[in-house]
This record gives sequence, C-alpha cells and structure tokens, in this order.
Amino acid sequence: MSAITSLPQTAGSVEAMKPEKGYISVKDFDFWYGTHQTLFKVNMEMPEKQVTAFIGPSGCGKSTLLRNIKRMNDLVDGQHHQGDITIGNDTIYHPHLEVTSLRKRVGMVFQKSNPFPKSIYENVVYGLRVAGVNDRATLDAACEHALRSSALWEEVKDRLSASALGLSGGQQQRLCIARAIAVKPEVLLMDEPCSALDPIATGKIEELILELKKEFTVVIVTHNMQQAARVSDLTAFFYLGKLIEFDTTLKIFTNPSLKQTEDYITGRFG
Amino acid sequence: MSTALPPRTESSTPGRSGLPKQAKIRGEAQVWLTGMGLALALTLAAFLLWVIVSNGLAVFWPKRITEFTVRVGTQTTTIAGELVSRRELLTNEPGKPVVSEVHIFTGNKDVYKNAFRFIDAATIIAESQPLDLIEVERLEYGNAVGYPVALKLRGADKKIESIPAEDSRFPSELNRLISETNDRWDVIKSLEKGKIGANAQKIKRLENERKKIPAGEQGVLDADIAKLKSEYQELAKQAGVLRAKQNEHKLSIRLASGESKDILLGKIVEVFQPNRMGLLSRIGFFFHRMWNFVSDNPREANTEGGIFPAIFGTFAMTLLMSVGVVPIGVLAAIYLREYAKQGPLVRGVRIAVNNLAGVPSIVFGVFGLGFFVYFCGGSIDRLFFGDSLPTPTFGTGGILWSAATLSLMTVPVVIVATEESIASVPRGMKEASLAMGASKWQTIQRIVLPASVPGILTGTILAMARGAGEVAPLMLVGVVKLAPTLPLNTEYPFVHLDQKFMHLGFHIYDLAFQSPDSEAARPAVFATTLFLILLVLVMNLSAILLRERLRKKFKTSAF
Repeated sequence: MSAITSLPQTAGSVEAMKPEKGYISVKDFDFWYGTHQTLFKVNMEMPEKQVTAFIGPSGCGKSTLLRNIKRMNDLVDGQHHQGDITIGNDTIYHPHLEVTSLRKRVGMVFQKSNPFPKSIYENVVYGLRVAGVNDRATLDAACEHALRSSALWEEVKDRLSASALGLSGGQQQRLCIARAIAVKPEVLLMDEPCSALDPIATGKIEELILELKKEFTVVIVTHNMQQAARVSDLTAFFYLGKLIEFDTTLKIFTNPSLKQTEDYITGRFG
Repeated sequence: MSTALPPRTESSTPGRSGLPKQAKIRGEAQVWLTGMGLALALTLAAFLLWVIVSNGLAVFWPKRITEFTVRVGTQTTTIAGELVSRRELLTNEPGKPVVSEVHIFTGNKDVYKNAFRFIDAATIIAESQPLDLIEVERLEYGNAVGYPVALKLRGADKKIESIPAEDSRFPSELNRLISETNDRWDVIKSLEKGKIGANAQKIKRLENERKKIPAGEQGVLDADIAKLKSEYQELAKQAGVLRAKQNEHKLSIRLASGESKDILLGKIVEVFQPNRMGLLSRIGFFFHRMWNFVSDNPREANTEGGIFPAIFGTFAMTLLMSVGVVPIGVLAAIYLREYAKQGPLVRGVRIAVNNLAGVPSIVFGVFGLGFFVYFCGGSIDRLFFGDSLPTPTFGTGGILWSAATLSLMTVPVVIVATEESIASVPRGMKEASLAMGASKWQTIQRIVLPASVPGILTGTILAMARGAGEVAPLMLVGVVKLAPTLPLNTEYPFVHLDQKFMHLGFHIYDLAFQSPDSEAARPAVFATTLFLILLVLVMNLSAILLRERLRKKFKTSAF
C-alpha cells in the first residue's frame, strides 16, 4: 500500500457519502461504437456540487461515459446505447430535448486545450454569443466573472483582445474552463484536463477544481491517482467497460472493497 | 530497410560495413533522379517565360533605324528600317552557296504595301544609321519611316505656309501641333462617345415609350424627340468641325527610297528619332510606349495601339467569375464535408466533381451557349426586354454569361480546395464549439469557415488563374475582337452585364491567327501574352497577400 501512504489527505470532505440518489444518475447504461460494446450496465449516482473522479486504464470506457453525459458521442457514426442518464430530473435522451440545450447545461473541458483562434474575450463569451446574447455589458460581466472564477483574470485582464493562442498551455486550459463556466452550466465535465500540463499548471487547475465544486457538479476523468485522491469526493473505477467499484475517494484509496481496485491503485496492473 | 536490399555484386557481402555504403549510393541516385525532374520542369517553364518576357518587352524598345544601300545588277536603291533579324536560308543542295537574308521592318505600309521586307545580304553594299531619320507612329497604316522635309501649315486664308526641317522652329512647332491634335482627338472622342452616345440612348428610350402609348397622345413625346434630334444635329456639326481641323496641317517626309509622303498631323500619334536617342531617353521611351500599350484602345485590326479594353475585360470577367464561383463552391464543399453522410454516394460525387475538371473547356462553352445564353438569356429577354426584341439583350453572348460559364468550369477547383481546408480544421475546435451548445451551423459559421478562409482563397486563386487564361469557351459566350465600350462605364446603368467584351486570351488568339498581317501582329502577340501573365500574377498576388494576412490574423491576434 505504498502509494496510499504517500498520499496527502484527500481534499474531499471526509463526511462525503456515496449517495442513494445523485444529481447525475446513470441507469443500466450500455454503449456501442458500431458493434463494439464499450460500456456494460453502468449504474451510478453522482452527487450535486461534489467532484466525482473516473479512473481506470486506457480504453476502459471512462471517457466514453463522460462524453455521453453531454451526448458528445452523438457525433460519432454508428453509435447507439441502452439505458438512461438523467441530470436533475431530466433524461438526456428525451426525444423532445434539443441536444444544444443539454450541452448548454453541461460544460466540458477537454484533454487538450482547444481555445478558438479568436481573442481571449471572444473565447470566453463564445457560449453566450451562440446562445444569442449580444449585449456588451452582459458579456463583459460574464467574461470577467468567468475569468475570475477560473483564476485567470489577473493574468489576462489587460489583454482581453489578444489572441487566445498566445497564452501558455496552462493558461489556455484555464481559459477553456472559463469558457465552459461562462454559460453557467450545472455540470462541469473534465476529460483529463491536466494530462498535457506541467506540475505547476496542474496544481493551479486542481485548486481551481476545488473552488469550482462550490458552484458546479464536477466529473473528472484522470489517469493520475494522486490527482483523483486530491480533488475528488467520490471515485469510480472502471475496467473493460464495467464499473468495478464506486465509493467515496477516502474508501477507494484507503480501503477498497475489491482486490482489483486495490491492485490498480497501487500500480500492480493497468 | 537495408536488409531488403539484394546484394548488387558477388563481392559485396551483406555486412555492417557494406550495406550502408550501398544504401547511400542508391539514395544519391534518387536525389539526382528527382532533382533532374525538377530541373527539367523548371528549365522548360523558365525558357517559356524567357521567350515571352524578352519578346514582349522588346516590342517597346525603340530600335535604331538602319539605312541599307542595295545593288541589284546595275540598279542601286536605298531602304531604311528596323533590323528584325539576319538569317541564313536552309538549303539541301550540296555545293550551293548559303544565302543569308536580312529581315527588316520598313514601315510605310501605305507606300510599300508591306511593312516588312527581306533583303538578300549579298546585295547590300552599305549600311548606315543616319541621325536625321524619324519614325512616325500613325493612326493608320502603322509607322512611317523617313527624313523630315517640311511642315505644311494651312492658314485661315487657305494659304499654305511651309516650315522646312532645317528651320529652328520646326521641332517645337511639330511637337506643339501634334499634342494639339492629340488633345483635339480626346475632345472629339468625348463628344462623340459621351454626349452623342447619351443623346442617341435618350432618343431610343423615348421612341420605345412612344410605341407603347396610343397614337393620339404621341405628340408630347414627338416634341421631345425632335428637340433631342436637333441637339444631335448640333453636336454632330461640332464634331464635324473639329474633325475637319484635324486635317489642316501636314508633315511631309521623304522616304529613304526617295518617295515623298505627306502625313496629316491629325493622323500622327507621335514622332521620334530613334537614332538620336541616348540610353536614358531610350529607357524613358520604352516605358512611355509600354504605358501607351496598356492604356490605349486597339487600332488597325488590333495590331496597333493598346490593349486596355482587353485588360479591363479580362479583369472584370475574372472578378465576376470569382464572385460567382466562390459562394457556390464553398456551399457545396460545406455540404459534402460537414452534412453529407460519408459513404459511396459522397465518394462518387467527389470523383464526379474532380472529373468535371477534365472536361474539355469548349464543352463548357457549348453548354454555356445553350443553357446560359439561349435558355436563361432568352427567357430574361422575353420577360424583361420584350420591347427591344428581336434584338437580343441578354439572349446573346455577354460578360455575365462568360463569367457564369467559367464559374461552372472552375467550380471543382474551389470545391476541392475548400473541402481540404475544412477537413483540416482541428476536430477539437469543432467539438469545443459543439460542447458550448453551438448548433452545427453556428459551428460552421463561427469556427470552421473562418479557419478555412486561407484554403478557400487558395481555391479562388487557382480558379482565377484557370479562368483568366481560358479562351475556347469564351469565344462562344461573349468575347469579341473589338468591343466599342467597356462593360463598366459612365453610362446608365454603369454596369453592363449584357455587353460583349474583349479578353486578353482571345486577343492573343485573334492577333496570332486571325490577323490580316500576321508579321505585323507578332510583336503585339508577345506583348499581350506578357500582360495576360502579369494580370494573372497581380490578381494572384493580391489574393495571396490577403490569404497571408488572414493566416497571420488567424494565428496570432483577434479574429
């Protein structure tokens, strides 16, 4: 258990409990890319305003599930699913639900920072603009708020009209977070947000995640055990498309129920 | 990789020391092979360009005039002209002496019937370059070459005053009078084309209106028409007086061969003395002539004068074509790349689009004639221009239909280039936009298209280059040898899309193959080709500059 002894204490509240009914519910969820099934009967409840981490080896389906929460997999040809995902009380696969309105409720930060080749300002207000907001004062306020929330305001406030592509990698990723939260989503999904960043930038993003969970329900996919331990309240371990174990982060990292989980966390496989 | 190489000789053993050397040698051979391919292509292109540029520029250079004294039998004649070339005639009879010839431009087509002449080099007994020889550029019959004799001025009392060439007043008076007549030509042109043209249009419009109203009420218009007609008489009289003035004075010259010739000053464009020119004035004259070539209207079945209407027509048509082809191509590419379900059907469409580029351009011309000119143009005429039928307005070739035909021909180029640039927009960027709740169209509009602009411009450049150089289809759908007015001018409604126009490519073809005097047209062919290439280059460079600016903007600053 060497990995665990070296862990800092989990940032997640000790009193975090695995909820009976979460804000995001995944029910009997199966998913296929063509004929290849990538998720098998996943059931999980992710609580509101807490951080849920998905861990597991590459190809285990954690990113697939994350992308399904905002139906990003709709873009893939030949995908289909069974079961259901609900956010709040709304099923995301409701036939009358417009997928763009779902995507406005659920923000996402990608593995590789992907700012638009526009100014910093235009990047942050992009979501508002496509939603039809063009009032300058509203946009300015939203931009400042989002940049402050993503701890980028002090660094960029004097060059909002400069290109976003001139920022450093860590700044770009925080800009992407600002862009995602500017539209005030309910849920924030993060797909390995720090995998391309150096430790200092990673540290900043992790601090930011702990701030963000006051306002948003956060789901994060990570390959970094320490990161999962540091930022999340709950941790889900996936393996080969199946949810193996899902519990409070403290329990997963100190006393997992299953041998398989323990082996993965301690680095014996995966 | 090296293990796949078979040993080349028995002595070369496949060992660590042998193979790298062998591989290196083979590699060098490939460098040579590929380099030779490039060198061959570049050499051919450079040679072609050199031929065009050197011949095209030589047209404007004021060449010295040489006077040849020729003796045939006992008869001695002199003849003066610009040396074109000296050449040896091919002979296949062994022992027969080689005959060499001198090819000269003598000018004076009205006297000699031919502006060029070949002289047997063996008969030439003397060559000189007298400083006094002048060359006169005329509105008719090409240039005249000879010695100035006198200026014959006709006074108010019809008496003729003669200023001999030796008189000190001669050069200044000659130059003054020539610039006076040239200015008068401008006045006459603006009078005839501008005022009289506008007047004629008004009369035509009124007469059309008159046809529509019942016979009893036509009187109102009759008065107006009569007034306009009397105005026309007045203007025509004015023009006639001015034209008569152009014929008052004459320059008389003596040709090297002895004949005398009087040239009306009104027919002279300019007079120069090529043998007296120093290098600097020669260079100045070179640019002066080049400018005239670019800015003047053609004369003498296009072999003389300038090519301005052709440059303008090419430019306007190419611009119009781009305006047509880019939106269609971009929309088609967006559908193919972003909306269509990728499958055999889309692949088939893509192959078909690419193959469209291989259809002979004359086929597009025939299609344009049948569909655009006869069908579309004919329908427009029946619907909107019924008054002027049976004279067609849009139902005949014109700049609009030419642009439409070439748009159709070049649309594959734009589709392919745009598709490629759309495909190269990073997937992450599109995903990020969709993830922000943007719809597909919003994503295309705000993310995909701005990022593809450089690629779209590349397609536009290729399309323009192809369109500007095309001749065959244009011959069917609207290009003419000589268009009296530009498709864009000061006459209402300013843009005349129905008008026929001149085109540099067709101008080249016309000069080279349709000209009554192909020898005289040859320099103009090269010069026109040079300016066609320059025009395409200028249009492409401006598109490239725009593209680079957008790329930079796209990369580093606000977009």
